[in-house]
Amino acid sequence: MLSPGTTAQADPPTPVVPLPRRRGIEFTLIVLAVLLSVYGYCDVGIARTGSVPPGAVGYGAGLGVLALLAHLAVRLRAPYADPLLLPIGVLLNGLGLVLIYRLDLETPDDPAAPTQLVWSTLGMGLFIAVMVLLRDHRVLQRYTYVSVVSALVLLVLPIFFPSVNGARIWVRVAGFSIQPGEFAKVLLAVFFAGYLAANRNALAYTGRRVWRLQLPTGRVLGPILAIWLLSVGVLVLERDLGTSLLFFGLFVILLYVATGRTGWIAVGLLLAVCGAVAVGWLEPHVHSRVEDWLHPFASIEAGLGPNQLAQSLFSFAAGGMLGTGLGLGHSILIGFAAKSDFILATAGEELGLAGLSAIFLLYGLLVERGYRAGLALRDPFGRLLAVGLASIVALQVFVIAGGVTGLIPLTGMAMPFLAQGGSSVVTNWIIVALLMRLSDSARDRSGTATAEGIEGVRGGATP
Amino acid sequence: MTRYIRHAAAFCALLLIALLVNATRIQLVQARSYDENPANRRHTIARYGQPRGDILVGGKPVTGSKDSGEQFRYERTYRNGPLYAPVTGFSSQVYGTNLLEGAEDDILAGTDPLLSPLPLWNDLTRARNPGGHVVTTLDPAAQEAAFAGLGDRRGAVAALEPSTGRILALVSTPSYNPEELSGTDSAVARAWTRLNQAANKPMLNRAVRQTYPPGSTFKVVTAAAALDAGVVEDLDEPTKSPAPYRLPGSSVRLTNEVEGCADASLRYAFTWSCNTVFAKLGVDVGVVRMRAGAAGFGFNERQLRIPFRVSPSTFDTRVDQAQLALSSIGQYNTRATPLQMAMVAGAVANNGSVRTPHLVERTTTDDGDTVSATGQRTLRQAMNPATAVQLRELMTDVVERGTGKNAAIPGATVGGKSGTAQHGIHNSGTPYAWFISWAKADDAMEPAVAVAVVVEDAEADRGDISGGGDAAPIARDVMEAVLTP
Repeated sequence: MLSPGTTAQADPPTPVVPLPRRRGIEFTLIVLAVLLSVYGYCDVGIARTGSVPPGAVGYGAGLGVLALLAHLAVRLRAPYADPLLLPIGVLLNGLGLVLIYRLDLETPDDPAAPTQLVWSTLGMGLFIAVMVLLRDHRVLQRYTYVSVVSALVLLVLPIFFPSVNGARIWVRVAGFSIQPGEFAKVLLAVFFAGYLAANRNALAYTGRRVWRLQLPTGRVLGPILAIWLLSVGVLVLERDLGTSLLFFGLFVILLYVATGRTGWIAVGLLLAVCGAVAVGWLEPHVHSRVEDWLHPFASIEAGLGPNQLAQSLFSFAAGGMLGTGLGLGHSILIGFAAKSDFILATAGEELGLAGLSAIFLLYGLLVERGYRAGLALRDPFGRLLAVGLASIVALQVFVIAGGVTGLIPLTGMAMPFLAQGGSSVVTNWIIVALLMRLSDSARDRSGTATAEGIEGVRGGATP
Repeated sequence: MTRYIRHAAAFCALLLIALLVNATRIQLVQARSYDENPANRRHTIARYGQPRGDILVGGKPVTGSKDSGEQFRYERTYRNGPLYAPVTGFSSQVYGTNLLEGAEDDILAGTDPLLSPLPLWNDLTRARNPGGHVVTTLDPAAQEAAFAGLGDRRGAVAALEPSTGRILALVSTPSYNPEELSGTDSAVARAWTRLNQAANKPMLNRAVRQTYPPGSTFKVVTAAAALDAGVVEDLDEPTKSPAPYRLPGSSVRLTNEVEGCADASLRYAFTWSCNTVFAKLGVDVGVVRMRAGAAGFGFNERQLRIPFRVSPSTFDTRVDQAQLALSSIGQYNTRATPLQMAMVAGAVANNGSVRTPHLVERTTTDDGDTVSATGQRTLRQAMNPATAVQLRELMTDVVERGTGKNAAIPGATVGGKSGTAQHGIHNSGTPYAWFISWAKADDAMEPAVAVAVVVEDAEADRGDISGGGDAAPIARDVMEAVLTP
């Protein structure tokens, strides 16, 4: 595909041939995902108490019914959608519930699995809603600016609420905690995709040339740069470093994909380094995270006992190749974030490197299917949106998994589907729903989404 | 755009590979170093995650486990804690283990690979074996007699079976209850501080970890060396020793507590504990043969474990003639643990040979299957068997008509030797009362027990301290407890 003659615009027209729908495969995989989750749930109970936990039937039935409803919605409204996306979501969500339920056994006063189940239901409900209500993803392009305004409002909202554990990213409503920044991810992806799809040629080919870099005009670059700086600035104020890193990466990736300018990556990296140094310098919170990353055992040597990261590393190490088995690890030693940011440590300890790699590969597959939808789509907005949503998943996984395994400094963020956190589960179900919709458009060669119909909508002339 | 999407996808793939490689690094490559980090509590959690095996005395456990429901789940309990503390030691979540709890920890905690049904089975299943049991050689009656005999006084008793080396009693007073150190709450830390700071050191195992000047009880060793070396050939022949005895190369004149020691026979000198005779004997035997004689009993042996470590008893070999004279009557740098002196008495009882003492009869799995048994262990010849016969005669005389009358037991032959050891600067400390002895029931072939008792009583009036008076009755009670079925 990377032969010299190929350019971005030279995608050959695809003949209109009906593609297999593969809904049967999806159904089989969903059944497997539900059974695997129920098996894990029973496994925890047997390992801990010697008997199948009483909720096993209800849990399995609940997850199964939700998954089947989602499957039905897909059958009716997105028959050509990628058959892997929904089963992966169900499996990760089910595994997450198992892991949280397992950790609940260590903290009987503070159960999180029931709430998580409620949120998962809501998430899958929204998945169905997206399937039913959003017939064509291009509708979203109309809401490019509504999206960015909503995103900014959501990002700013938590400033008016008290901070939790050092981060000011929560909104408490009627006993439920919501993390508006999570929803802002999707909205910002919509904005980036919409804006870049409309202006990508201007970004790529106009403006002054400085040395080897073609600068776009300020009129085109200005708004998006402003939005981006604003969101990152707000997040830094709220100490939500993971999300600011995510927005940064999302922005650079989409800018690169839209314009094909390698220079953007260079500029992005330069900005990232400057930003990181500045934040690390000015923010004691970040500074200590970097210190922890460089010297995870410093607090042990200082006689203060292991910190969260050290405990997390101990967890992973204890898992080894095959893990201790569900319910038999001691990842609860990590402390308060064991069910949220550090949920992977439990997976690593109890499922081992084998299980952890499987989970990583599931995410990898999810991202790959997203990218595949992007490649198959013909409209720039759809392509950018698919790439953006898939990249959100990829970056989230990398930022948090890299953090808890000591690859990069730790920044708080939820592991998609696995971690405790309602907003995160709901958002990720919306992401999967949108990817489903995009892949349906990509694979449905029957009518609506033909190549010719779309390219010109907003992007000006298509060369 | 396709090309750039592919590039971005490749970037995501790189991120995935980085995660996988890094996960392999921490979960496989560096896992061991993380596992072994002392701050990693997993070993401790696993260790206390199941009940610990028991230590058995006379077929009954003297330990137990209770479920605390906490992270370090099972806590150790002790039956008769203070009585058996010098044997069991403690097993504490916070302070670790010592003595048998420490030496047999692998068995008790279930980590010993010998406990698993098949080799490598546990590596495969990641299962933990239930804790095994440790069967001790102790005789509960002897242990109780020793503990009761010492009472409130500071001291120690060691008793063993001469023909096998099985330790029958190991008592140290004042004692403590090791259960106070089980668990993790603040009371444990308070108990630890209190026990460690207490002036009378209740956690010190005086029977095996404290050395004392053995005083006159060491005369058994000197007599054996002299008889073996032929320096004395007839027990009743005069020994040509003056009283008082001027220590060679010095102006110090050694005296006796009793009359009639000048030129006394070995029998008289042994029965009435003449310092002058034995000091001169030691000099006559010479440092080389005295050292060899002492080493035969186990002095200067640094590696003794029963299975926990025993402090080495010492006979200083870099001495001048005057120091050798004092060393030969159990003073100067001669120091011995009570267990060592029980071995001395045991050698006499066992025809001159010393069996390595041991406290563990065997270890078993949770089901009672033997994991390992202590066989007959090394035998060391401390003296000629003929010499042993002569020494038995001498020691019997001590009990029948000498300083050890308090140790006599009706229906048994008892041999003993008392000692009153000077210590402190210019011997200013309250002397230690010693008594070592052995006993043979009249209808038995072999002496069944050898015992050493030391009483260090700072409270008592100095003049009242004597081996025969303070220590011999305790030794008698212990021997009687062994002899009485």
